[in-house]
Amino acid sequence: MKNSLGKEIPEYIEGIGKLEPFQGAWTKLSKGWMDEATIPAPNKAKMAHQSKICESLRVAIEKSNPKDGMTITFHHHLRNGDIILAQSMMILHEMGIKDITLAASSLNDCHDSILPLLKDKTITGIWASGIRGELGKAISRGVLEKPVIIHSHGGRVRAIHTGRIRPDLTIIAASAADIEGNATGSHGKSAFGSIGYAVIDARYSKQVIVVTDNLVPYPCIPLSITQNFVDYVVVVDSIGDASKIATGTTRITNSPIDLKIAKIAADVIEHSGLFKNGFSFQVGAGGASLAVAKFVREKMKKHEIKGSFMLGGITSYCVDMLNEGLFETLFDVQSFDAAVSNSLLNDRRHIEIPAALYANPYNCGCMTNKLDIVVLGALEIDTDFNVNVITGSDGNIRGASGGHSDTASGAELTVVVCPSFRSRIPIIKDKVHTIVTPGETVHVLVTERGVCVNPKFKHLEENLKNCGFKVMDILDLKKELDGITGVAKEIEFEDKIVGLVEYRDGTIIDVIKQLKV
Amino acid sequence: MLYIPGNNPAMLQQGGVYGADSLLLDLEDAVAINQKDAARILVKHLITNINYYDSEVCVRINHLSTPFGKADLEAIVPLQPHAIRYPKTETAKELLELIDMIEEIENRHNLAHNKMEIHAMIETAMGVQNVFEIAGCHIRVGAITIGGQDLTADMNIIYTPDGAGIDFARKRIVMAAKAHHIDVIDTVFVDINDEEGLRRETEYSKKIGFTGKAVINPRQIDIIHEVYNPTEDEIRRAYRIVKEFYKNKEAGIGVFAIDGKMIDAPIVTRAQYVLELAGVSVGE
Amino acid sequence: MKPKYAAQAGTFESSDLIILIEPLEDNSGRKIELESAVMLQYGDSLKKIVNEMLDLYEMTDIHLIIKDKGALEPVVRARLETAIERSVNPQIF
Repeated sequence: MKNSLGKEIPEYIEGIGKLEPFQGAWTKLSKGWMDEATIPAPNKAKMAHQSKICESLRVAIEKSNPKDGMTITFHHHLRNGDIILAQSMMILHEMGIKDITLAASSLNDCHDSILPLLKDKTITGIWASGIRGELGKAISRGVLEKPVIIHSHGGRVRAIHTGRIRPDLTIIAASAADIEGNATGSHGKSAFGSIGYAVIDARYSKQVIVVTDNLVPYPCIPLSITQNFVDYVVVVDSIGDASKIATGTTRITNSPIDLKIAKIAADVIEHSGLFKNGFSFQVGAGGASLAVAKFVREKMKKHEIKGSFMLGGITSYCVDMLNEGLFETLFDVQSFDAAVSNSLLNDRRHIEIPAALYANPYNCGCMTNKLDIVVLGALEIDTDFNVNVITGSDGNIRGASGGHSDTASGAELTVVVCPSFRSRIPIIKDKVHTIVTPGETVHVLVTERGVCVNPKFKHLEENLKNCGFKVMDILDLKKELDGITGVAKEIEFEDKIVGLVEYRDGTIIDVIKQLKV
Repeated sequence: MLYIPGNNPAMLQQGGVYGADSLLLDLEDAVAINQKDAARILVKHLITNINYYDSEVCVRINHLSTPFGKADLEAIVPLQPHAIRYPKTETAKELLELIDMIEEIENRHNLAHNKMEIHAMIETAMGVQNVFEIAGCHIRVGAITIGGQDLTADMNIIYTPDGAGIDFARKRIVMAAKAHHIDVIDTVFVDINDEEGLRRETEYSKKIGFTGKAVINPRQIDIIHEVYNPTEDEIRRAYRIVKEFYKNKEAGIGVFAIDGKMIDAPIVTRAQYVLELAGVSVGE
Repeated sequence: MKPKYAAQAGTFESSDLIILIEPLEDNSGRKIELESAVMLQYGDSLKKIVNEMLDLYEMTDIHLIIKDKGALEPVVRARLETAIERSVNPQIF
């Protein structure tokens, strides 16, 4: 069957179940409720003063009684410094457990070491918002029989509510915890800030293990993860490589191209009609996106504009803007640098939020719905403004859906920023390899060679033109880029599906096929 | 005016996107001595194949006293960029010799002699002393520029951020250019992280009469434009002056007053220049 | 024409390519080794340009080793021209 973007979606996949084709960004939501039933969260009981402490991660995992076919979940707040996921999977492997579904909120380069476990069928299913490194390459080459499922941050919460992801065991690394399992990432030697993605896992998983390298006297506050959902607590020497978990403060890029793009994007924002007192704002932490914050900050000071809140992934740059009084509040689902943890811990205007409040489409309103302006990156964009952030120009899975489609669907103004070509590969395609975010939720593309407005948003194009912007037709910009780079030969794929890309409402927006090698 | 090293493809291919008024593709100091041929060939291919949008393209060649100057001319003159910039110009005579060689090449390629300008760089004490003759030696000399680093080296002094050592040279060069009604471009500001320093120096350049400033990093362009572009207040005031001028002209009045200040012909000329920079027109 | 000297042009920087030329014995033809960061997308077009340039200079008995980091077509042509020129004429500096 075809979805509304013309992508062929299978009706059923063995081991995954029935699939529903994408029908439009808001088609399902506009009903006002979710048709799928939510599964009940597990009910457990503990006796008073019963100890949760286990002497090692292995003992805790053994106590959780792992079985073939289980689902295990992790969070990715330790980014590339995480060692707990790989250690846990190795323990399960040594125990001879097979056919595991791994549902980490995201997989990074630091997880390359579990690749042999995909080959020997210890792990046979993967859910994640992003997959990078060697895992991404191997999956793109068909190492797993079942396709992996890529979800958004908000979509992951929905998938757990509906039981699509049904965690048997959740292992939560925390930089501080107490003997009852109250835990946080906001202090300790391995501090990583918000632990927002793990909250839903703790609520729904049949067994929850908290792992920390910093056991503090009871109670551990703030109560980011609360004891009433935690079965076991393990103290280890280290939960990860501190230098890769979070380092210092995030610096603004020095790349002249990224700065040029960011400056144009900030001008677009200024003249969008939404740049006014009380506006809310989200930017990514990478390249041009974060640099947009630099120029928006200057504009806010110049025009004496004060915003309401910044949302999502928080960097020290956002903290600076909070401290300068440019924004009232930071809602932090994921912290990007070490300097953020301190603010999260000490400033009551800097608030840790769970993924559900951040972006789950199926509740009484997530915070992305309140966003005025979001600035996002892209690996590719097509002439219908559909965006790919998951597969690279060589066809490999190497990115992350993250909050891309969640924020795009919520924001009044979604600005996609990216260089017009990277390593000779032009950014604009007739059709992107993989759609993660549908074009109907993307307003503007900003590159160093021109600004393109989605023709669905005529008023915005008028606004920008009236302010003297040179707005280009995306087809013209594509033609210009192809002229500079030469037309790239299409990557070839096999028929086998190696990945499904879930839209935030649970429908399938695209499939990823196996690379021809 | 943005300097781009002539042997750097990544920077050359993106040169047009920063909104610089002009680009200086450099075959001289920014290119290692054993890569002069590579840079010359690279610039030759990129000038003809890359869209530099609204930026004028100039090429700085090597001095004719080096083994590369002549070959640079043979490769670049047929492409007719907006201008050829000649380094370390010391006398009008050597500039005229350069122009002779250029026109000889143009003749061989059936090219007109009036399209491409010649820009002379003043980077030595001798050049500073001869700048009036250099600026006026030929109709094709469209601009002169000062090279601060080389000049201080030639004067055997240390370049200081206050520019004390080259202040006389700056003003002498500006005056020579103004006397011949050609453009005059200030030297680069080398500390790319010091935005305030760049702003201060650019404000000084503008104040003493330079028509533009060279930059070594695209990040510096916007600050220079901010300084050189007239402010909203300046544009408003200029608009009022020119409007009043036309009104009074109809009535046959040459000198009038706005807010109690006398407005005469030079002030009107200046206001018209401001409006021209801002792209604002006043109906007569 | 055949190369007289071993020659090199270009750099390992992004958007550039590096080319090595070695002369080969008579009647060896052309030996081309090409690596590119964008091999899948532009490998064929790169090979075409290399052969066009070699045809233009009527080069034979030549061994070319090319490592491309996503250079645009005019850059590829410029570096080839530089390498070929350096392989037939001694560099002056």
